[in-house]
Amino acid sequence: MSMWKGLHMTARAAHGIHVSLRFIHKHTRLCTLWSRNISTGRPVQNDFFKDLENQFKAFREKAADAMPGSDWTPFEKNRSLPPERADIVIVGGGVVGWSIAYWLKQKEMIRDGVRVLVVERDPTYSQASTVLSAGGIRQQFSLPENIHLSMISADFMRNINEHLSVLNEDPVDLQFNHSGYLFLASEKVAHIMEENYRTQRYAGAKVSLLSTTQLKEKCPWINTDGVVLASYGLENEGWFDPWMLLNAFRRKAISMGVYQCFGEVTGFRYTTNTMTTAEGDTVDFRRIKYANVQMPNSLEYQPVECAIVVNAAGAFSGKVAEMMGIGLGLKDTIAGIPLPVEPRKRFIYVVHCPNGPGLDTPFLVDYSGVYFRREGLGGNYIAGMSPEEEEEPETNNLEVDHQFFQKIWPHLAHRVPAFECLKVTSAWAGFYDYNTFDQNGIVGMHPLVNNMFFATGFSGHGLQHSPAVGRAMAELILDGGFKTLDLSAFSFKRIMTKEPMLERNIV
Amino acid sequence: MASRFPILCICLSPFSLSMFCVSVCQLMQRSCRQVTLLAAPSRYWSSIPVAPPSLQPRLLLFLSQRFHDIETILSWSSWFKNRGLRQKNFFYGYTQQNYGDNIAAAYYILSLKGGFRFAGQSEWFRSDRRGKFNWDFMNHRDTSIEEVDVSNTLINYTGLENLVKQRGLCTLSVSGCAEVDDWFLSRLHIFQDTLEELDISNCPRISVGGLAALQKLRGLRRLDVSSLPRLQNPGLVAILLEEMLPHCHVTAIGYDHSLIYSHTQTDG
Repeated sequence: MSMWKGLHMTARAAHGIHVSLRFIHKHTRLCTLWSRNISTGRPVQNDFFKDLENQFKAFREKAADAMPGSDWTPFEKNRSLPPERADIVIVGGGVVGWSIAYWLKQKEMIRDGVRVLVVERDPTYSQASTVLSAGGIRQQFSLPENIHLSMISADFMRNINEHLSVLNEDPVDLQFNHSGYLFLASEKVAHIMEENYRTQRYAGAKVSLLSTTQLKEKCPWINTDGVVLASYGLENEGWFDPWMLLNAFRRKAISMGVYQCFGEVTGFRYTTNTMTTAEGDTVDFRRIKYANVQMPNSLEYQPVECAIVVNAAGAFSGKVAEMMGIGLGLKDTIAGIPLPVEPRKRFIYVVHCPNGPGLDTPFLVDYSGVYFRREGLGGNYIAGMSPEEEEEPETNNLEVDHQFFQKIWPHLAHRVPAFECLKVTSAWAGFYDYNTFDQNGIVGMHPLVNNMFFATGFSGHGLQHSPAVGRAMAELILDGGFKTLDLSAFSFKRIMTKEPMLERNIV
Repeated sequence: MASRFPILCICLSPFSLSMFCVSVCQLMQRSCRQVTLLAAPSRYWSSIPVAPPSLQPRLLLFLSQRFHDIETILSWSSWFKNRGLRQKNFFYGYTQQNYGDNIAAAYYILSLKGGFRFAGQSEWFRSDRRGKFNWDFMNHRDTSIEEVDVSNTLINYTGLENLVKQRGLCTLSVSGCAEVDDWFLSRLHIFQDTLEELDISNCPRISVGGLAALQKLRGLRRLDVSSLPRLQNPGLVAILLEEMLPHCHVTAIGYDHSLIYSHTQTDG
């Protein structure tokens, strides 16, 4: 103990000597100004004392490790490896994955009841769909389930600090803009808009229909040529910052004890139970035992023994499902139906228009497929368009095709004459987790893989539905069934029976 | 990280005690679960530069990370704080059922310690500081309320449910209300035809996103957005509001429009 004290004091004394020596050194240099010092080597005395300090520091750290209660082990342990055993492994650390992790911890009955591990491939989230999203939330859908998902998520975001505040940390600020969504309909699709309006009002969404004159009165900067009807969301619609929501979920989930691992799930170890049907066909029922999580830039992997795997990998869920053999069976069998989720690239262009519409710009979606919204207060807007099926861009990278803007601009300028003189300042691309079957989410279990759950395929709506989907998945896993919102219409069954749940958008 | 913070400050004190404390702390650290609070990125959350917390919250945080019962007690205390707010903003369904919407709204406003004026009358019904009020308002069951002044009260989004039936509301003042936020403003579209005067000055939770929601109030003639602490660019926002609501007179005083940057603690 006294040796320790002495050690610390010698270091301090040595530092004092070092300082005084440095002063002497400076002084001697000043005195030899007229005789120029042309040597380029650094003086040895400085190095000596710096080395001495570093050695003392290393000694102190080693001594702290030697004390009982330190983390030292004789084996070199890679701290970034996930734990060897987890109850629920969530593949994918986007907003949906972290929402599920939060709700699982929120709903567990006893403290540390479930051990949840979230595995995310990219620590910088550079390719994640969550952070590259436009961040809008709307209730103007045609399926009641989608409307309810959005309404529940908006309620969650209104009370977000009740749910996601952590002791002693700043309150969550989503920077929610309550400007609403404005959908424009031409004559061909006006009847669809009216039917959707009825469904939305029945479900409780606050939407209003506007005629052309009312639209012109409300938004004088719009050119109402070709527009017959418009639908405007009055409440709970707008846009927010997706990164803040993701970090709020992540922070709260980690504070509740969720394990986070940066790594890639490269495979599963499973047991197979083969059963024969009445007709004599064999069906393989698989049960995942281990999920192999590989560390980034390394061949090292950890097999995580798990009870349940949740596939929330977004645009890459199809690949994760293939690792389990979903879709690799014979055609015309259930095992031969792949998970119909694939990445689709979408571009967003940031434009600057000094005379554009002001603070009251809603998130405008035209019937031609073009959409734009205001960004900030400086006359910047972000615009995009869903391309036609034939013109889908390649998905092996996130490069932006600037020529695509030439297709968007005429529609923008036609709808808002002020946009005839605008300047594209920036652009980015992101992936949709596009459900090629019916462009709606897939939530639920797989019939052949007994412990894999899906929460993917939302095709651009994952962010706005994430709080509600997280809660529904937590209820499905922990309570055995949906309790507050019935999402059984989004189960994998509809893909097997080939009954699409199409969203009747006007776009 | 916060869990290592007390070990650092103990190392600066006399050593014989400190080594003992360090080993005890490390032992305790191993016995409870690892909590990473992302202390470094917390600076990026708030747009307002934040001072490091004082000793008492840090001590409470340290204790709540080590002991489960302190964590539970702290969560109870926040629940109690919210309970007071919720009780103030209950939905007065029973009153609405038995006495009508107008009386229910009037009773709600008076219990919040606010004031109101019925349509067609000139006297205001207010409750004094101790919460006592005159029960004469019960005589006017069928008159709707025209002006409401609930400044410096605890009204919030759920409480607004009590006032939604007052479709003839002309003036609303929520100046200085700590619980009025952007969602409250987005709900004001209910009064879009009749609301003429709105006063939302000194509300600490309102930001630009909520002011964008005021576009629906086409009948608004006077708007007061003075001294909103969360507005970063008050001059620009006032101009944009005037453009958005051309018939409305916007008052935005109480801001420092000077060009000199004050050297406060900023992180970005």
